[in-house]
Amino acid sequence: MRIVVCAKQVPDTEARVTVGKDGRSIDETGITFIINPYDEFALEEGLRIKERLGGQATVTMVCVGPPRAEEALRTGLAMGADAAVHVWDDSLAGADAAALALVLQAAVTQLGFDLILCGRVAIDDASAQVGLRLAERLGLPHANAVTKLEVQGSKLVAHREVEGGVEVVELPLPAVVTAQKGLNEPRYPTIPAIMKARRREIGRPGLAGLGLDAGKVADACRSEVLSLAPAPARKGGRLVAGEPQEAARTLAHLLREEAKVL
Amino acid sequence: MAGIFVYAETKEGEFRKATGEILSRCRGVADATGEPLVAVVVGPAPEDAPRRLAPFGADLVLHVEGPGLEVYTSQGYAWAVTSCLAGRQPAALFFGNTPLARDLAPRVAERMDAALHADCTGLAWEDGRFVFTRPLYGGKLLARAVSRPGHPVLATFRPNSLGVAEVAATSPAYERVQVEVPAGSVASVVKETIRQVAGRVSLQEAEIIVSGGRGVGGPEGFRVIEELADVLGAAVGASRAAVDAGWISYDHQVGQTGKAVSPNLYIACGISGAIQHLAGMSSARCIVAINKDPDAYIFKVADYGIVGDLFQVVPALTAELREMLVRA
Repeated sequence: MRIVVCAKQVPDTEARVTVGKDGRSIDETGITFIINPYDEFALEEGLRIKERLGGQATVTMVCVGPPRAEEALRTGLAMGADAAVHVWDDSLAGADAAALALVLQAAVTQLGFDLILCGRVAIDDASAQVGLRLAERLGLPHANAVTKLEVQGSKLVAHREVEGGVEVVELPLPAVVTAQKGLNEPRYPTIPAIMKARRREIGRPGLAGLGLDAGKVADACRSEVLSLAPAPARKGGRLVAGEPQEAARTLAHLLREEAKVL
Repeated sequence: MAGIFVYAETKEGEFRKATGEILSRCRGVADATGEPLVAVVVGPAPEDAPRRLAPFGADLVLHVEGPGLEVYTSQGYAWAVTSCLAGRQPAALFFGNTPLARDLAPRVAERMDAALHADCTGLAWEDGRFVFTRPLYGGKLLARAVSRPGHPVLATFRPNSLGVAEVAATSPAYERVQVEVPAGSVASVVKETIRQVAGRVSLQEAEIIVSGGRGVGGPEGFRVIEELADVLGAAVGASRAAVDAGWISYDHQVGQTGKAVSPNLYIACGISGAIQHLAGMSSARCIVAINKDPDAYIFKVADYGIVGDLFQVVPALTAELREMLVRA
């Protein structure tokens, strides 16, 4: 079974993110980048499926991103991925979800696949659509926000989070699955595995190697960011003093009379 | 261009909150451009859908139904929406950012060859085009974005963020469209739906959220949070610390790796205010913090704060509010 995991490198959740000079992208100075947590769940699930199949599978990690994203692929290899593919071209800076789906479609098609695993959402732009766009482009079914996954021969049984509950869905392979928190607990790579991963080959097909070029990427973009700005900062308000009973009474009064939210 | 379309999603027979918010906010643009404002309902719908959507200014309710649409499937509904809109040259198609729309809208966007501006908190009409405001990096930054011309404009909006605009009620026309989802076009089969909670207000639509963090101390500690939530008809939220400790399930998590919410009132109990949590709730209209640590960062963003033991303050607040709301 050929498993392809699509992953993205994103700023750490604790990072203080500021706007860059161009006013449309972020200033990356001093930011620690990590594998998008949901993509890490996807990778871990791929590795577990391989282990459950007694190794009768390959896990290939694909990452579209600038040179720094190589680090994410090295981490993936250290965790146990069999191969890694890094796609980058300067024309991909600022590419939107529609363009990324086009690029990933070309990449996964070239690799060949039975199962594509993605994170449900990336925590940077929170757009949550590349995986599902990829499924639509490939004409494949998908299971979104999956918290439990089982491979049964040529089909999948997935538990997915829906509003107020869990939906159990069955879908034939090939298919796209997006990982939700709760699917698994990703492993930590061992030090020897990290050392070994540093020397591993990483595939770099380039846009041309995928049958694409900068023009095709630009043509596929459907959206444009006009500007980026820090969210308006909130100011601390007032502390309500007093013993619990008294403070609670004052607060209830303020919420009704002053804030008018009750 | 022929129409601003709003996907009118229902839950337990009621239209979602965001449906009315989006419709009413688009009424002005519809008037300015002459575009009809159309609510699209797919699958089972309330019989009096036009009457229910009239207060929000809809011109037309388009009800798409037929075999294969009794139960939601992403492939079936994506097919139904796009084939119904194909001949109508929509200018825009908007959704509430609900779990269902997050599953449906990306496929629809791909089928319509369109951008999808996801989880927007603002909508403006400037120089003849829609401009969307979207929180990025968990709400640390806000982007203003547009679609490239020549394609329909798609977006999902975070519930509670647009609010309902005051518009004159309309008498929407009602058009039923019968379709049949082509055999073999839906490959996935829903085997079972396990309901965990019924009737509870959804975290993202809730007007009021009461959240617990590390200070709650354990699963049993959430009882005081729930009691306050019950008195207020609020939803229960949690910080990542509380979820990772296994005290409450992940669907309650608010933050950059959980849900982003915009309630009227957010009451944070025993939450220190980690940046990743603030990311998910700082667009709340009013924030209350209850924490025993006077230096907790949450007090720097809260409109009102009480420094104290949440196990004393929260029950006192519950009792106080119960009495206040009974009197009212």
